[in-house]
Amino acid sequence: MAAKDELRAGRASDSQPELISAVPLRRPGRWIAAALVIVLLGLFVYGAATNSAYDWSAVGKYLFDVRVEQAALITLLLTAYAMFFAIILGIVLAVMRLSPNPVLRSVSWLFLWLFRGTPVYVQLVFWGLIATIYKHIDLGVPFVHQVAHIQTSRFFTYFWLAVIGLTLNESAYMAEIVRAGISSVDEGQQEAATALGMSWSQTMRRIVLPQAMRVIIPPTGNELISMLKTTSLVTAVPYSYELYSRTRDLAIETFNPIPMLIVASAWYLLFTSLLMIGQHYLEKYFARGASRTMSNRQLQALADAQTTTGGGHV
Amino acid sequence: MRRRQPGVGMSDAVSANGRTPMVRAEGVCKYFGALQVLKGITLEVKRGEVMCLIGPSGSGKSTFLRCINHLEQLSAGRLYVDGALVGYHLRGGKLHEMAPRDAARQRRDIGMVFQRFNLFPHKTAIQNVLEAPMLVKRQKRDEATARARQLLDRVGLADKAHAYPAQLSGGQQQRVAIARALAMDPKLMLFDEPTSALDPELVGEVLDVMRQLAQDGMTMIVVTHEMGFAREVADSLVFMDAGVVVESGVPREVLAAPQHERTKAFLSKVL
Repeated sequence: MAAKDELRAGRASDSQPELISAVPLRRPGRWIAAALVIVLLGLFVYGAATNSAYDWSAVGKYLFDVRVEQAALITLLLTAYAMFFAIILGIVLAVMRLSPNPVLRSVSWLFLWLFRGTPVYVQLVFWGLIATIYKHIDLGVPFVHQVAHIQTSRFFTYFWLAVIGLTLNESAYMAEIVRAGISSVDEGQQEAATALGMSWSQTMRRIVLPQAMRVIIPPTGNELISMLKTTSLVTAVPYSYELYSRTRDLAIETFNPIPMLIVASAWYLLFTSLLMIGQHYLEKYFARGASRTMSNRQLQALADAQTTTGGGHV
Repeated sequence: MRRRQPGVGMSDAVSANGRTPMVRAEGVCKYFGALQVLKGITLEVKRGEVMCLIGPSGSGKSTFLRCINHLEQLSAGRLYVDGALVGYHLRGGKLHEMAPRDAARQRRDIGMVFQRFNLFPHKTAIQNVLEAPMLVKRQKRDEATARARQLLDRVGLADKAHAYPAQLSGGQQQRVAIARALAMDPKLMLFDEPTSALDPELVGEVLDVMRQLAQDGMTMIVVTHEMGFAREVADSLVFMDAGVVVESGVPREVLAAPQHERTKAFLSKVL
């Protein structure tokens, strides 16, 4: 009898069992692996710092050289223009591919086939030669009336030829990304919006595209970073005022190529790092509502509610 | 007690006399390619009436429902909602396909609730309710927000206004979906198996909201497998099979004493 009462009392006094505090498992393998990697890394840094071929003083001298800074700006401009036009053209191509009109669908497919199927370097060389292929461009009604007569070589600078070349190539990839994003949105979404009386464009703008963004943003961020680096190929046009070409020219002047490569890499790394940060916040924004997981604030609110009702473990 | 005041708030003359039925189907047929899903559906739904559509899956119930708000284009026959032809203009004795803009305008007055809720996952509960009135009806934010709060309260979810759909249970999601449809002030509500995707213990909360809606005089067409709801709430019951209306009548009578063999066979399986 007494023992039973004790048991009952014991249960009543601490209704919840104690939280577990066990001795953590030792993991010597992790420590050894970490130490090994740190030693190797240290050796590499030491080697790089003491190897005269890197010529760090030259790196420091040219890193913020006006010519290099200008070239970095031009690289950014090339990237921004090409990506901006590529996203617009990509959306147009994606909508064409999803269109019920078979002509639009086929033309879009043909465009993708051509511009994805050939190397961007080759395409850039082609654009450089555009003035040789089309000596002048006539605007107006074909064979009937001529409005404007443009001499190609004068009208297009190598900078804009580079932008056109990068844009057309990139838009083919963007089209596929946008199409995948739109297709990833459940059909029921469009149906629900339609049933509420929304038009096609309202449905696209307010319901489908915001959800597609979650799928579109990450690969687009990759494309942007990739574009930043692809600008180094516009030397094929030939356009030579962006970061890589400019530092290469400086290397030829100074007979010292290795520090100039490091200078260029440092700038590329700076830009890609900034882009990665931006992408992180964009992804977070467009992922809202995508997960059941609650934010720490929401969890705290629930926990507070639990303690006030007295049901939980404090 | 059901309020039956036909034509209250209706502007056009035809509906004001109260004799125009809310929905009128004349020989509605629907083909998907070579497959005929609807084989001549003729029926009427009066104002304030609650009609339940029952039948085995694949019998065409959902397709018929989707024809009513022109989510599906019918292949033959005529469908009228509140006296207006659905999806077509009749000009000079010929049918002309309706422009998307006009079809959208027709759909505004018809609320629809889906089996899989189809809430907009990137918007909170209240944003789901707000979206269409602000975008389609150009309501002001304050006005729409006040109305949305009132509707969420009506479906018992005032405290969940700022939760995202993924954070709500199925029953809660479906109630938000009902509030979303009601925000457009529809004159007709279509329910496509609203409780079929729900856990059994959540079915009741959704049916309660629908029952309340019926008591408030909403005209409703409900595709359902909930025979209890059909018996208690519906004014009429339609049994469909293989694209035709097999039997229809007062729910209690049809359920208690079905006349057709196919109805008997179906009911014996679900009751």
